[in-house]
Amino acid sequence: MTLTATKLTIIEALNQAMATEMERDERIVILGEDIGKNGGVFRVTDGLQARFGETRVFDTPLAESGIIGTSVGMAINGLRPIAEIQFAGFMFVAMNQLVSQAARIRSRSAGMYHCPMVIRAPYGGGVRTPEMHSDSMEGVFLQTPGLKVVLPSSPYDAKGLLISAIEDPDPVIFLENIKLYRSFKQEVPPERYTIPLGQAATIQEGSDITVITYGAMVPVCQQAARKVQEEGGASIEIIDLRTIWPMDEEAIIRSVTKTGRAIVVHEAPMAGGVSSEVVSIINDNCLYSLLKPVARVTGYDTPFPSPGLEDNYIPTVSRVVKALRQTLED
Amino acid sequence: MRNDELETPYQIMDPAGKLLGNIPEGLSNQKLLEWYRLMWEIRGFSNKTVALQRQGRSTTWGPLNGQEATAIGMGAVLQPQDWLVGSYRDTGAYITKGYPMAALFYYTRGFSIAPELIGPDRNCLPYQIVLATQTLHGVGIAMASRIKKENAVTMIGVGDGASSEGDFNEALNFAGVFKAPAVIVLVNNGWAISTPRSHQSAARYLMDRAVGFGMPGILVDGNDVLACYSVMKEAVERARHGEGPTLIEAITYRHGAHTTADDPTRYRDAKEVEYWMHRDPTLRLKNYLIEQGVWSEEKDKQLLEDVEKYVNEQADIAYNHPTPGPDGMFNNVFEKLTPRMLKQREELRRELNLEAEVK
Repeated sequence: MTLTATKLTIIEALNQAMATEMERDERIVILGEDIGKNGGVFRVTDGLQARFGETRVFDTPLAESGIIGTSVGMAINGLRPIAEIQFAGFMFVAMNQLVSQAARIRSRSAGMYHCPMVIRAPYGGGVRTPEMHSDSMEGVFLQTPGLKVVLPSSPYDAKGLLISAIEDPDPVIFLENIKLYRSFKQEVPPERYTIPLGQAATIQEGSDITVITYGAMVPVCQQAARKVQEEGGASIEIIDLRTIWPMDEEAIIRSVTKTGRAIVVHEAPMAGGVSSEVVSIINDNCLYSLLKPVARVTGYDTPFPSPGLEDNYIPTVSRVVKALRQTLED
Repeated sequence: MRNDELETPYQIMDPAGKLLGNIPEGLSNQKLLEWYRLMWEIRGFSNKTVALQRQGRSTTWGPLNGQEATAIGMGAVLQPQDWLVGSYRDTGAYITKGYPMAALFYYTRGFSIAPELIGPDRNCLPYQIVLATQTLHGVGIAMASRIKKENAVTMIGVGDGASSEGDFNEALNFAGVFKAPAVIVLVNNGWAISTPRSHQSAARYLMDRAVGFGMPGILVDGNDVLACYSVMKEAVERARHGEGPTLIEAITYRHGAHTTADDPTRYRDAKEVEYWMHRDPTLRLKNYLIEQGVWSEEKDKQLLEDVEKYVNEQADIAYNHPTPGPDGMFNNVFEKLTPRMLKQREELRRELNLEAEVK
């Protein structure tokens, strides 16, 4: 392995993160559907079974509750499972194991047992997957005390955040956007590094308005910002939350206090989700700095539509541009 | 339950206490006397919790009277490094494995467990509330033991109602596929609140499902402590020697209500209850011990008094134990609380001071 950074996709960066950690920590096991020889349907675990053996990287029966439930048991008994759920939309059948079990074993055992596990799942639309494969369900997990929820938007972040998630002593839901998986490459250092959970990144500094987003909407917001900047010279700050729980409230408050304007953008439905939470944080902490109401650009409060309609559901550059213009108006 | 169904489960001792087979190896009369006392301790714990609930001092409680023989089998076959993963009506197995009764009382008092009352880790998961979920945890624990090449077996308790849940079936499937060193004891007490066994499955016996998961299924008289011990011991040894999991269906009966919030006379025939009262596991062991000349009605009377005293002492320990504090819900959510949670805990503390001031 050379020690110069190589350009990697998110998939390759995630693979590298797992390999790095499995090399260091033999308690780590990887389990899921088709993750062994096949390397996962998106190839995120490609080559890991060949490298680390069938005891540490193994295919399971097709049963999501079984995958999460046995991972909880393995974590309690000293292993550090990384469970892959083939598509986030399939996690609904495992909700009890996630919400009532994984997230609560530390508190219900008064700290005697804990559950250091990572649940990785591809999520989001835009690549014409069949029905039920495209849900963005992070809002549900935001309402689940005891879980941490991570949604990386770049290869560099994906590697550093996944290593932090694996190291974390508590259960972490690691949601990987399908559209971003192979959409671009970025320089990723081959050595081990971590990015702390709960820390947002300011990916573009600005002084007139704050865009708060994460996951697949990061590049959409970047494009929209570029367009608005070009047409009017507005100075736009973009914050990538990276982790939605714990949420980096400080980063949001600092930025919106400075700019006085904000929009929140995500693909998930609007009701009761991340944008509601962000707007509440702004309301509680930055009300007197606000020059305009905070706008939201999100998926609609409908089921994620069939692939033929998905482009009308997922927030577009134009919708973000419109929200930026309106919020920037005096 | 029809009478003729009971002729099939494995028995060593009939309901009158007569031996039908050999006493399992290594079981002395001394051991059986210990178990007899243990049965009453378990029942005493349950009865005391019901009484405390009636006084408003305990949470809703699911009595386990009638299921003591199965519980003792589950706990007695385990070694200290083995795991026990049960549901709310498996507390008798916990007591048998050495889990202090006071620690159980502390939970029913209304707090999550107190590790300091449990003492050294007994490898017992907090008993489970949501049906069948623990079966997957148990299988996961067993899979980890196998991966780590540790010589530990996991005993999993689950009820007849819970056997209809998806998790139970997924757990058996994972256990079979990964040859998990686990023993799954399906405690069939005939009723899931008001739903009879016949509405859980059209299968002849619930243990028949084992075939579909590639493991042996065993049917045992759950009120015969010798038979329970014998089949469970064999299953644990199989698991310990890398021969994989076993499903054991123990046929027993819940003497009382599902919980303190339930009235079983609404759905159960008095005759059926009467029938099972004659098959009480304590009665059969007592008859056997009297027959052996090592027990008497007098000793029995003394024992019940001693047990009551012991149970009360255990309850006192729990009820005199410090509570987690009024902001205890913030303890152990994560290893480190998030900034938001720290803020909320401060808010609650201020609230509580305010309440005190207003009073």
